Amino acid sequence: MSLTVEARHQLGNFALDAAFTSDGGVTALFGRSGSGKTSLINIIAGLLKPESGRVLLDGDVIADSEARIFTPVHRRRFGYVFQEARLFPHLSVRRNLAYGRWFAGKSGAGGDFARIVDMLGIGHLLERNPNALSGGERQRVAIGRALLAAPRLLLMDEPLAALDEARKAEILPYLERLRDDAGIPIVYVSHSVGEVARLAKRVVVLENGQVTASGAAAEVLSAPAASIATGRREAGVVLEGIVEGTDTEHDLTTVRVGEELLRIANVTAPSGRSLRLHIAARDVMLATTRPEGISALNVLEGTVFSLATEADGSVDVRIDCRGVTIAARITRFSRDALALVPGKAVYAIVKSVAIDH
Amino acid sequence: MDWLAVSDAEWTAILLSLRVATVAMICSLPFALAIAMLLARGRFWGKTLLNGLVHLPLILPPVVTGFLLLLLFGRRGPLGAFFADYFGLVFSFRWTGAALACAVMAFPLMVRSIRLSIEAVDRKLEDAATTLGASPLWVFATVTLPLIIPGIIAGMIIAFAKAMGEFGATITFVSNIPGETQTLSAAIYTFTQVPGGDAGAMRLTIISVIISMAALIFSELLATFAARRVAAQ
Repeated sequence: MSLTVEARHQLGNFALDAAFTSDGGVTALFGRSGSGKTSLINIIAGLLKPESGRVLLDGDVIADSEARIFTPVHRRRFGYVFQEARLFPHLSVRRNLAYGRWFAGKSGAGGDFARIVDMLGIGHLLERNPNALSGGERQRVAIGRALLAAPRLLLMDEPLAALDEARKAEILPYLERLRDDAGIPIVYVSHSVGEVARLAKRVVVLENGQVTASGAAAEVLSAPAASIATGRREAGVVLEGIVEGTDTEHDLTTVRVGEELLRIANVTAPSGRSLRLHIAARDVMLATTRPEGISALNVLEGTVFSLATEADGSVDVRIDCRGVTIAARITRFSRDALALVPGKAVYAIVKSVAIDH
Repeated sequence: MDWLAVSDAEWTAILLSLRVATVAMICSLPFALAIAMLLARGRFWGKTLLNGLVHLPLILPPVVTGFLLLLLFGRRGPLGAFFADYFGLVFSFRWTGAALACAVMAFPLMVRSIRLSIEAVDRKLEDAATTLGASPLWVFATVTLPLIIPGIIAGMIIAFAKAMGEFGATITFVSNIPGETQTLSAAIYTFTQVPGGDAGAMRLTIISVIISMAALIFSELLATFAARRVAAQ
């Protein structure tokens, strides 16, 4: 699978000039609202026709402004999950699900219905009216509807943005299953580091209509530059880890990241499963001596290798803990009080419950 | 209660009115739907002009509309001759002419009702249908049309009611011939013009009220039913 997207488009004062490629899995288009993410995904879907650009999927030219090729939306077979579920109010859940399947013709295998309904856990909703569903249920039905149209590519535009935290937590595992089981490439638009860290293999960072960074998720999301796009609250590091085991009595899971072992609360992944962890810099404490009698379970010994003062006056400290980079956001006062300079040995303290996975 | 007995001639007028109104309503529906779609969605030069033209019968005195119809669709009118020659359809002084006059008079009301319902359709739903593989025609048939059914029903009922009550344009265009073009309204008017016609006018008035009320209640029931089916998310 390979996807190539290039687009230049002018929308009033806003200029979009972005290009990226993907080689399968989940590619996240990441950036603040107004950065052009939705315009770009609409260009891929064909809902927005750019002034110039190209969309190529597996060598097929889907659109090319120079060659005057533009495949109409309904012939692209790109599934699209919108921010609002957009279920058809006049059709039952079952008929909503079957809608795209009908147009997909015989290419949509019959056995898929049961499998997809089962994967999304919506079997008990089939005869209901979309109005009678909760936000999370609606979004799951929307995902199922897009999948049942047998898409070549799945586009998701902030599918979780309209939901509260509990609903998000309810849907994320389904998205992970989708990524792991369905084998359909996904372009996922989001402004949440946690979501992107958890789902995406590759990340494309958009800012003011331009691509400012792209590459492997852990790399891009850990770079301090991303903090411009992510906003202060979520800036931090993303680490690749492997589940080592779970203490079922305390619901604590041990995850190996490089040489280090981190303990995380409330993970539901079996041993051996790889996991991406997001540790926000504001959740990390620093100490110059090993703290005693502390509730935080992760105390990592390391060395400061960089200090950068952010625009708001806080300090972004990067610590190398046996090869693993941890970021901490502290005040200038703390930096001076602890006399932090590159090369100084410190302990990074991370609460187990503060780690997003 | 003898005065309540409806005479044959009166029955004829009632049935003719019902036929004229029904035919006017059904035959104008496809055109109204197309024009409403064009006005709601289309972007073309002359849209304002088309909109004005459609609404003309609403603003013009009915007699003027009737006279224009006479000029256009009369025996020697350009359109009248065309229809008579190619389709064998004659409008002047026939019940078909009455239906045409009623359809023209009711047309703006029907277009307006359908257009409003089209404009209320969430176009995001149509985009969603497109991404699921539906061509524009299928999107219209499976998403837009079901969602505007309440507006179409309302438009049809309003058009029916308007057609039942139409008088000016009809009498100008096709005159007042008992059994051919004398509708309920025209019959009531005729009764009021002759001595002792009050009882007949009263009978037909009561029937007119009953038919109007029945149409109104029927439309309310249909609209409620349709609205329940397509209630917004």
